[in-house]
Amino acid sequence: MIDKFVGSVAEAMAGISDGATILLGGFGDVGAPLALMEGLIEQGARELTLVCNAGGRDGSAVARLLLEGRVRKMICSYIRPASEAARLYVAGKLEVEIVPQGTLAERLRAAGAGITGFYTPTAADTIIAEGRETRDIGGKLCLLECPLPGDVALIDAWQGDRWGNLTYRESQQNFNPVMAMAAPLTIAQVRHAVGLGDIDPAQVHTPGVFVRRVVHVPG
Amino acid sequence: MAAWTPLDRNGMAARAAAYIPEGWVVNLGIGIPTEVANFIPAEREVIIHAENGVIGIGPAPPPDQVNPFLINAGVQHVTLRTGGSFVHHADSFAIARGGHLDLCVLGAFEVSETGDIANWARTADEPVKQIGGAMDLAVGAKRLWVIMEHTTKDGAPRLVRRCSYPLTAKGVVRRVYTNLAVLDVTPCGFVVRDMIPNLSWDELVARTEAPLLKD
Repeated sequence: MIDKFVGSVAEAMAGISDGATILLGGFGDVGAPLALMEGLIEQGARELTLVCNAGGRDGSAVARLLLEGRVRKMICSYIRPASEAARLYVAGKLEVEIVPQGTLAERLRAAGAGITGFYTPTAADTIIAEGRETRDIGGKLCLLECPLPGDVALIDAWQGDRWGNLTYRESQQNFNPVMAMAAPLTIAQVRHAVGLGDIDPAQVHTPGVFVRRVVHVPG
Repeated sequence: MAAWTPLDRNGMAARAAAYIPEGWVVNLGIGIPTEVANFIPAEREVIIHAENGVIGIGPAPPPDQVNPFLINAGVQHVTLRTGGSFVHHADSFAIARGGHLDLCVLGAFEVSETGDIANWARTADEPVKQIGGAMDLAVGAKRLWVIMEHTTKDGAPRLVRRCSYPLTAKGVVRRVYTNLAVLDVTPCGFVVRDMIPNLSWDELVARTEAPLLKD
């Protein structure tokens, strides 16, 4: 019997090693796997690379990971000026790779889909492209982008079953479905644990093939 | 001669909204562009897209009817219009990058006479890195409009020959709505389509670095 449910957040964190690249779903707090991020703080892995939309507001779980000195590098689409990430970056204690948000999503999707690179006009005419491979395609300057796989993806979903099938609420999807595809160890926290077959098959957002562990975190 | 009054935020947003026809799929950037939605009458069916995967945003909810799972790109609570839908981030940006947006409206620091836009950083090496989705949206939408003050707080022009700040994208801005005028970016440069009442041509030219052409 396939059963991807684990009994606790601590159990869900097993095997995350130092130096891992962690994909963190969420846009603002919506779809952010807050319980799993607390679990990651408890678990203790260091020298992490975090991939997420933004550098996090002060007081957020991302900021806590940063404050505890657990993060070596952030790959994100923006960092707000008054934030722990900005302060650490200025102090030379944090490496930052800024990626346009659509490119970030597509690099993650590419990683999950086995696409080994793609060209996009996004950022091709900007300082982001300096020193990188560009080419003219159909009269448009395009920039080569490579996939962005993670070692671990931490996902927030609404419902999950023992096969790891997931659904999301409204704008809770954001980065979660593409991140779930892009790591060999995808861990989902779900608000509702449901029986196999309880989710209408046509309504599954993330099929369980992309998910390794599910932990029930009631709201 | 009567005095002139620059448009305020709402005035600029309303001006842009008046030009958005029914049926367009529109992405509104954070700040003043987000306010544009408030000036599109509900009966005019315009589909507002947010980069975090919401298609068909409706008005802000009353405080007692907030859905914590439903936000826009500015992380503000919103509603969904009947007919709206949700997608994940890669599909949301496929809408932007794949040319499915009729219009994107962004704020900016500077716009050049060739349609370059600078809106994410004032220097190449500043610690504040706030690209977000702007580069994808600017390049991908069928047309890009900018809403911004005509000058900086210190009076420096924002409509320039060449942007001095790092670019968001090159040659993509089609129209600019400022607190003083509406200008189209054309192969010949900025063409002034409209000016606020009582502002003289010379006064507008004095506040603009790039040459201006009359409509």
